[in-house]
Amino acid sequence: MASVKHLTFDVAVVGAGPAGIAAALAAANSGKAIGLIDDNPAAGGQIWRGAQNAPGHSAASSWFERLSKSAVQIVRGAQVFHVADGQLAAESDDSAFQITYGKLILATGARELFLPFPGWTLPNVMGAGGLQALVKSGLDISGKRIVIAGTGPLLLAVAAYARKCGANVIGICEQTTRPRMARFGLQMMLVPGKAAEAFRFAYDLRGIPHWTDCWPVAAFGSRRLESLRISRQGHISEIECDYLACGFHLIPNVELARMCGCRLQQGFVEVNEYQQTSVPGTYCAGEPTGIGGLELALLEGEIAGYAATNWEDRAKHLFSRRARYQKVVRILKDAFPLRAELKNLAQPDTLICRCEDVPQVRLREHSSWRAAKLHARCGMGPCQGRVCAPAAEFLFGWEIDSVRPPVFPVHCSSLAAIPSHSAARH
Amino acid sequence: MSEAIEVRVNGKPVMVRAGTTVAVAVLASGASCRTSVSGQPRSPLCGMGTCFECRVVINREPQRRSCQVLCESGMEIEADG
Repeated sequence: MASVKHLTFDVAVVGAGPAGIAAALAAANSGKAIGLIDDNPAAGGQIWRGAQNAPGHSAASSWFERLSKSAVQIVRGAQVFHVADGQLAAESDDSAFQITYGKLILATGARELFLPFPGWTLPNVMGAGGLQALVKSGLDISGKRIVIAGTGPLLLAVAAYARKCGANVIGICEQTTRPRMARFGLQMMLVPGKAAEAFRFAYDLRGIPHWTDCWPVAAFGSRRLESLRISRQGHISEIECDYLACGFHLIPNVELARMCGCRLQQGFVEVNEYQQTSVPGTYCAGEPTGIGGLELALLEGEIAGYAATNWEDRAKHLFSRRARYQKVVRILKDAFPLRAELKNLAQPDTLICRCEDVPQVRLREHSSWRAAKLHARCGMGPCQGRVCAPAAEFLFGWEIDSVRPPVFPVHCSSLAAIPSHSAARH
Repeated sequence: MSEAIEVRVNGKPVMVRAGTTVAVAVLASGASCRTSVSGQPRSPLCGMGTCFECRVVINREPQRRSCQVLCESGMEIEADG
């Protein structure tokens, strides 16, 4: 690993998804030095993954075009693993970075919530967004039999995308009830642009069964997934399939916000109307402030970018548009609460922690996340509990509140990018 | 159409389009990515760099998250499965 590279920005934006891109571009209007740091091979986040190479993605392409013409400095493939005292530390393939910033905008996005059930560790059982991300990264699913399961509107988007890519989508298992789903559909009609989106999905998904009150019970296969057992309105059935794409909605990535000392509320980063967190000079935009989708993320990003460059008037101008999309956060939350039955899917021998292979039976004897970590090594592997901690929170009701640097595993040599005065404190 | 490039997964040549991630090349080869601490085969779960299930050895460097690395011509990938 090469020596540490030093970068300095007036505004550093972490995460180059829609919120981060919008934030960086808005901030760049000021003429100040703006850095956009992202861990993926290309900008775009999850929703626009691969969109730079896929023609015809009009909303994304206009943002990418603006980004390429702007003075924003993009640091790709760099994982931020530490933040303290106005400095970020990041690691890429061949470098470590120490990034000094005046203002910080966190646009770290969200990940999927995975719930353990027997067989969920088998190859080809993936997240819903996970399968989509892999297809966008080149995975050929044409002719493959796919079941999509979990909860939330992402399942519909993934089903439509998989079908477009030639997959045989056998069915969508949605854990929420039919009445909740119907109410969700009606409420979303009142959000600008969503009615057209709903009709497009209905057309794209015609003929694909959409089962409500339905969830996976077990997955089977020797070295990879071969079949799936589902519960559908109380009845058990089995389906042969090549892939299961299963995600139980999204959870925000708040590790860096926590490390900055930002106040959280019910797991989300608390922000004021200018998207500023409880830490002055630190802003947050997109899913970490509430799961609200693309349009809201873009607006929050722009507002944060303007506010971080002292352009409050421009930020204020966007408040009313943001308000129209903020109701999506509440609608989503009310429509897809996880049902209690899902807590009973994991059997005593079902692994909860996939890094350290810790089964459910070794966790249920403990009374807290901390005790489970100390005694069972749950969450002590390289993902640092990103998968099992939210699952354990749902299964056992534990409060998950700790974050320790580095927030991602890094090479020892990269630790040199942590400013020495803050390293001494940890 | 993007150009085709060749990588090797456990010594076996795999052709992929430019822009394909190593995780996808491993899946295309029929291998799984890693063997878990209790001996189970594992492959990508999240596809976005958070779950660490897709770790493989790339050009002799271990513990690389293959879903976050793009294939390059001549890359040597060692997967466990």
